[in-house]
Amino acid sequence: MLLEVQDVSKIYGASCGSCLELTGEEHGRAICPVCASVVAINSISLTTGKDEILGIVGESGSGKSTLLQLIYQDRIASSGKIFFNGRTDEQKQPLNILKAPPATVSHLRNKEMSMIYQNPHLGLNFLFSAGGNIAERIIGAGERRYEEIRKGALGLINRIEMETSRIDDYPEDFSGGQQQRIQIAKALSSSPKLLLLDEPTTGLDVSVQAKILDLIKELQQEMGFSMIIVSHDLGVINHLTDITVVMKHGTVVEYGLTDQILEDPQHPYTQLLVSSIL
Amino acid sequence: MKKNSHTKIIDVQGISKVFTLHERDSTQVSGFSDVHFSVNRGELLALTGVSGAGKSSILKSIYRTYLVQSGKILFHRSDKSVVDLATCTESQVLQLRKREIGFVTQFLKILPRISALQAVAAPLMETGVSEQTSLYLAADLLSRLGIREELFHISPLTFSGGEQQRVNIARGIIAPKDLILLDEPTASLDEQSSDRVLSLLEDLKEKGIAMIGIFHDRKKIKRAADKTYELTRKNNEKPFPTILEAA
Repeated sequence: MLLEVQDVSKIYGASCGSCLELTGEEHGRAICPVCASVVAINSISLTTGKDEILGIVGESGSGKSTLLQLIYQDRIASSGKIFFNGRTDEQKQPLNILKAPPATVSHLRNKEMSMIYQNPHLGLNFLFSAGGNIAERIIGAGERRYEEIRKGALGLINRIEMETSRIDDYPEDFSGGQQQRIQIAKALSSSPKLLLLDEPTTGLDVSVQAKILDLIKELQQEMGFSMIIVSHDLGVINHLTDITVVMKHGTVVEYGLTDQILEDPQHPYTQLLVSSIL
Repeated sequence: MKKNSHTKIIDVQGISKVFTLHERDSTQVSGFSDVHFSVNRGELLALTGVSGAGKSSILKSIYRTYLVQSGKILFHRSDKSVVDLATCTESQVLQLRKREIGFVTQFLKILPRISALQAVAAPLMETGVSEQTSLYLAADLLSRLGIREELFHISPLTFSGGEQQRVNIARGIIAPKDLILLDEPTASLDEQSSDRVLSLLEDLKEKGIAMIGIFHDRKKIKRAADKTYELTRKNNEKPFPTILEAA
């Protein structure tokens, strides 16, 4: 397994100690009735294999994006363990990356995992040019030779079907769809093993969305990384993913092959979701 | 002499399927119940029975698109290991789908921006075969199925029903698999096209590939199938579709 998430929770507020037991899908709430803490993620466990594509669906506020942020450590989990790519500690025991030394965490974030955000302002530095953004990540992954960095950035800009002459333009001078392409180029410049995508095409017009999703799929087949993609759009999930996780109130209500989730949904919420497709 | 004949590839033991419709007051609808059969390598099993008897549901359950409530679906891999398709992990199913179990669905489901040739070549490319070779083999297979060359670079969604079905079959069998599930592969085909498909299926059997297919036409069953499994009210407790209970 590339990624193993074990019993991970995220609680906002001073927990009373029984928040996890009192919230979740079976209680129909994510706010603890005792201490009013918000349980964004409630004891989630899941795995992703090499080259697998996992989709996460669920209503707004179900904890989809938070889960991605906990894996990427944009936010700190309250409890639980995450194991990644067979990484071990000094005693050769599996390393819980949530408790890993800062140097290891930054190596994971700069090289082995990448995140693509719905909001390009989170994924790109708007004070750097497109090429500069890509270069920043190539440098973060360990490359120091200017020629190699420039060559890498140009290659990627070409790969995302953008004019290489635009390498020195700043993110604000690009369209929304182009900004997402630059995020993709930046994210993949370190050849990550896991790509996390948070609503990568939400808000883009459908023709741009289709082209970007096709590009992501092609790159995944070419480069062979695993992906976890958060989307509220079942069309996107159906197009891209192998396995789907359905979330509600911070818990996983259903986990299965994407075609099974869409054609034979088991949980009442999944059935509601599938029956709501236009 | 058929390769690997008489070695079992799949053993379906007493599977049952009930759909619970939570959106409809948790109504329960029976899909099929207590289904038993087994298939050897190089054999074609025809599933028969009236519409609504649960034939497609059985194929989908073997492919794990549907989950069964009880029973076992034992798949014998070429390395002699055995997996229960009803309970193995999703990752295991994905691995099996890549190289060992194929599904030719009744209708072609692809994106509108992909040409016929690309659609057929894609499953082969996914197994690591080069693009050039895959496209070449895809063109060859489409020609064998009687698709005109002028259509190769057009989206198959613009094709006629029979042409779409043949593209779908080509897509389903191009990459080598050990077991192929066929949901009415000749349903919307004329006599000549159907003949081409059946002769292709015969070639697959010669290669030792096992198949489970849904057919309605007795003549086709007689020609292609080694055995049949008829879904009737006898091997299911109740007529279909039956509403068992409303909660």
